[in-house]
Amino acid sequence: MHIQLGLLDYAILIIYFAFVIGIGWALKRYMKGSADFFMSGRSIPAWVTGLAFLSANLGAQEVIGMAASGAKYGIMTAHFYWVGAIPAMVFLAIFMMPFYYGSKARSVPEYLKLRFDEKTRGFNAITFAVMTVFSSGISLHALARLLELLLGWNYHMSIVISAIIVLVYIFLGGLTSAIYNEVLQFFMIVLGFAPLVFLALKDVGGWSALKEKLIPVATSQGYEAGTWTNSWSHMGTTIANPMGVEWFGMVMGLGFVLSFGYWCTDFLVVQRAMAANSMSAARRTPLIAAVPKMLFPALVILPGMIAIALHNKGGNVIPLGADGTPDYNMTIPALLAKYLPTGLLGIGFTALMASFMSGMAGNVTAFNTVWTYDIYQSYIGKNKSDSHYLWMGRLATVVGIIISVGCAYLASQFNNIMDMLQLVFGFVNAPLFATFLLGMFWRRSTGHGAFFGLLGGTVAAMIFHGMSLAKGAVAGIKGGWITQQFHFHSEMAQNFYMAIVAWSACFALTILISLATKRTKTDAELTGLVYSLTPKPKSEDEPWYQRPVTLGVIILAATLVLNILFW
Amino acid sequence: MNFDLRLPIGIMFSLYGAMLVIYGLISDNAIYERSLGININLVWGTVMLVFGVFMLLLAWRGRKKT
Repeated sequence: MHIQLGLLDYAILIIYFAFVIGIGWALKRYMKGSADFFMSGRSIPAWVTGLAFLSANLGAQEVIGMAASGAKYGIMTAHFYWVGAIPAMVFLAIFMMPFYYGSKARSVPEYLKLRFDEKTRGFNAITFAVMTVFSSGISLHALARLLELLLGWNYHMSIVISAIIVLVYIFLGGLTSAIYNEVLQFFMIVLGFAPLVFLALKDVGGWSALKEKLIPVATSQGYEAGTWTNSWSHMGTTIANPMGVEWFGMVMGLGFVLSFGYWCTDFLVVQRAMAANSMSAARRTPLIAAVPKMLFPALVILPGMIAIALHNKGGNVIPLGADGTPDYNMTIPALLAKYLPTGLLGIGFTALMASFMSGMAGNVTAFNTVWTYDIYQSYIGKNKSDSHYLWMGRLATVVGIIISVGCAYLASQFNNIMDMLQLVFGFVNAPLFATFLLGMFWRRSTGHGAFFGLLGGTVAAMIFHGMSLAKGAVAGIKGGWITQQFHFHSEMAQNFYMAIVAWSACFALTILISLATKRTKTDAELTGLVYSLTPKPKSEDEPWYQRPVTLGVIILAATLVLNILFW
Repeated sequence: MNFDLRLPIGIMFSLYGAMLVIYGLISDNAIYERSLGININLVWGTVMLVFGVFMLLLAWRGRKKT
């Protein structure tokens, strides 16, 4: 597959990166201390942090991956938004943000230090720092590979140029620069993809024609006619839908454990909310993000569904991979090339490239903060001047990007290493939300309980993985390396149940160990960190549209309506 | 912070919108075969231009207030 960019498209691309770097340059003079660099001086309005909160998660892998899933699974993919994001975002806003923003914590690991102890923080900070640089490297690799494939650009050149652009704007403007550019990217994605969806939908003949054309897609694979256009109707059993997941695994595994674990504890997204200019703005951040989030399936999943419908009719819309089956990851680039003429193609393509880079930038800003505050300041260079930490943050940005480039090359050489690492990250992340839940809502939970509970949950995930295998998978990196006790219909189902097991193990262990060990923190020390010991943030004097609870209820109701509409 | 993000957003999208509108007016209609015969550059360029100008207006109003 090849995309031909015109002169105008290149001009659009160059203008975009000029703006990106220009914003970094303009922000340079505001970076006076480490708090400006790592926390934007807590001065950003809610609409900006809200859109950045959404955008930080909207990396290109997400855009490309969701369209691919839309083609592979149909509208069920929307569960990653309606089940796997919105409820957790509302929970974060209403219940958890007061602790993150109200405590003196400057990062999520630091919250764990204040609430529990040093070892819990250390475990979280170190695993998180390693994960972010690797994710950043994976973004970089994926971008360079895509540019090589679509435009014939040199792989090494793409890596170096993208890395330098990201480096420059974060080095200059820190977190603020990353946040501002995420907002810019948000508008690029929306304005770049909306006309694409419009044209594709028109081409296929509208929604009802699409529904009809998706019937043979489902029946030819042995599923009921409406499988691609109903989100819940075919989730009674694992064999009735292409995801191989049933409703319980979906709601508990994705909707509860994985989703809350990601949205409520991952510093990459929480950092955006913590940069807001007031408690009220911090709490509104995830809620503002939730509104576009719930509508995003129309922008990223729908194109995949249209592509498979047209493909199935012999349109050959999705390019075939080396093994002769459709290469679903090429869905979005293929649609861009199919429908957009020079001019708008530049906008769409720039949006895609921008989302790779902002995905990388998000990881780098989370990395330099955790490195400087939670690792360097805690273990290596205590009690240094603030300008020293600012300098260290800039250095960490440079080093983080250099390591990312190394990881990108690692990913291009050894695919297995990357699979292995992502597997290990999965083990570490799965139990995390149990620790935060008990930490925030049960004052009796102790540092030992949290640390060993977390460790136990991670080990439980590992063991469960070793004992389970998905249909058609070979024992090894896909699981089953101890015995093959549990069989799943798909890897996704295996992953969801692994998360449920890890979470439950961590939850139970933390309670048991906490009850067996002494509390090390007094009630006074836990004020502002635990729900029952913290005064509730007041929002009575705010207008209704700024009250987190009111907004949260409206958002949940709207999500429910969407689920029913596409049941 | 004394830096209104609406300003660069407004400038950038007004610029993009203007570029697409102009290109839409001068470009050969043959290139719109793939966009189902719609001059999508002209149409969507106008949308982007309106969005950009709207952002600039908001930024300008915000500046007057402070």
